Amino acid sequence: MARAAGPAEPVSSDLSHDEGRAGDGAAPRRVVEAVWRIESSRIVGALARYTNDFALAEDVASEAVAEALVAWPRDGVPRDPVAWLLATGRRRAIDAFRRRAGRDERYAALARELGEGDALTGGPGSVAEAGNDLLWDPDKIEDDRLALLFVACHPVLSKEARVALTLRVVAGLGSEEIARAFLVPVPTVQARITRAKKTLTAARVPFEVPVAEDRAARLGSVLNVVYLIFSEGSTASAGDDWMRPDLAYEAVRLARVLTRLAPEPETFGLLALLELTAARFPARTGPDGEPVLLEDQDRRRWDRSAIRRGRDALARAVAAGRGLGPFGLQAAIAEQHDVARSVAETDWERIVVLYEALHRVAPSPVVELNGAVAVAMASGPAAGLALVDDLAAREVLTGSYLLPSVRGELLARLGRDDEAREELRIAARLCGNARERAVLEAKAAAL
Amino acid sequence: MAKYMLIMRGTDEGQALFEQMDFTEVIAAMGRYNESMMDAGVLAAGEGLSDASEGAVVDFSSETPVVTDGPYGETKELFNGFWIVDVASKEEAVEWAKRAPLSGPGTKLEVRRVNGPEDFPQDNEWVQKEQGWREQQAQQSR
Repeated sequence: MARAAGPAEPVSSDLSHDEGRAGDGAAPRRVVEAVWRIESSRIVGALARYTNDFALAEDVASEAVAEALVAWPRDGVPRDPVAWLLATGRRRAIDAFRRRAGRDERYAALARELGEGDALTGGPGSVAEAGNDLLWDPDKIEDDRLALLFVACHPVLSKEARVALTLRVVAGLGSEEIARAFLVPVPTVQARITRAKKTLTAARVPFEVPVAEDRAARLGSVLNVVYLIFSEGSTASAGDDWMRPDLAYEAVRLARVLTRLAPEPETFGLLALLELTAARFPARTGPDGEPVLLEDQDRRRWDRSAIRRGRDALARAVAAGRGLGPFGLQAAIAEQHDVARSVAETDWERIVVLYEALHRVAPSPVVELNGAVAVAMASGPAAGLALVDDLAAREVLTGSYLLPSVRGELLARLGRDDEAREELRIAARLCGNARERAVLEAKAAAL
Repeated sequence: MAKYMLIMRGTDEGQALFEQMDFTEVIAAMGRYNESMMDAGVLAAGEGLSDASEGAVVDFSSETPVVTDGPYGETKELFNGFWIVDVASKEEAVEWAKRAPLSGPGTKLEVRRVNGPEDFPQDNEWVQKEQGWREQQAQQSR
């Protein structure tokens, strides 16, 4: 796709930094951010394919963004911002290859190839965009974006690194935004990204979509990263806020992207789970930011269009006819909640069955615990408590507030107030989220 | 994340030019545009409207509403369709709007944020009724 060539030129003489305005000249910084959000994966993907060097591609793309942040407020937003970023990234890649050319003739050749087209346009200082066609191959863009996701979520990387890289290059978030979302200092995020790039280089991870036999496992890693981002947004593991919805919506958007790039049933299962869970966000927080439990939520506030999108995605997962995977099963559970008019009218029997299936395909103590809650709803608190006590006896989930909080809740329903109070206090002590802790303490105090 | 509506507006003149364009090409260009928004995970909804000649306008300028069937004659602007996008900022919505395959004199895309529940007083009786109504709608459409 040929994009308009030619030097950057201001489209507006108004270069005020008024953040409230979105005109091209109004807030160039925000225009840079907006373009990066839309194009980061295509720009980094194209550069990575061409250089076969993910780390270099991320470096030069970041340099291009940094340059835009200086140049656009000064010179105006270019007529074609994407072409500008891509051309600048390509120029930086050529510079890097030239620096390495002394060591290796291959790099000299790459630099020459990548520089083709530059001679046709522009004097010194202008950014030539004609050479972009070499990178901007419409037939490869989708593969490039998919490869980018697989590399950013590569198993050689730590979970934190996968999350940071995915948000940076695929979702197009800045280091500041990622730092804010995870309540860590900006240098920490930058260090994670730098280390991740070094790890990928050291492990010689190629920039490609994995071969067929690895693909399912690698896709699993990608799905898990998106789910991790969503979880952190939907129940913040630390800090004063109970949720960080923007982070969770970011994950929903990533899941939508994934259904386009890798339309596997479990990808639709993940999207369904996220949409169906996010649908309840508007009712999950009270007026003062405190958590509202499912049973107390005003169901009229649930987002009906998100529920519809989630159910559509779940139907796609089901239609594949291969049985639901772990995300699809969790989505099916979420769907049961979303379509019920109240806790009492919820089909708990069906939820119990879905939890049993989930436990078989993805055994985990948390799944067992949630299954026990469903059993308590379907067959009474005593039946649920028996399962929870069994979990406690196996000494799994020690150190987590989840088990004592459920146990306390079930004991309270059985009228065993003293034991319930004790359990809820233990849960409060173990809980890392201030808002959730307050709810547990209030429950204990009310007994 | 916020929802924005991109509202297609055009003039009679722009509409006339549009009708001279190759329809298959127009559909293909729109399809590519919609796909690019789906690929980016931002497209939440979108509809195009049929010709204004099939429509009607109800005018409230006088005490009783006056109905005019289309075409409306000397209209300045026509509402032709919309997209709803989930984006991080107004700038991102504008960036998507700039990419729409539209052209011609008077052709415009207006970018407006869609109100969410947070924009209304939640204790208002009518706001609560509307939520109930949305719920019913969703159940009927299942």
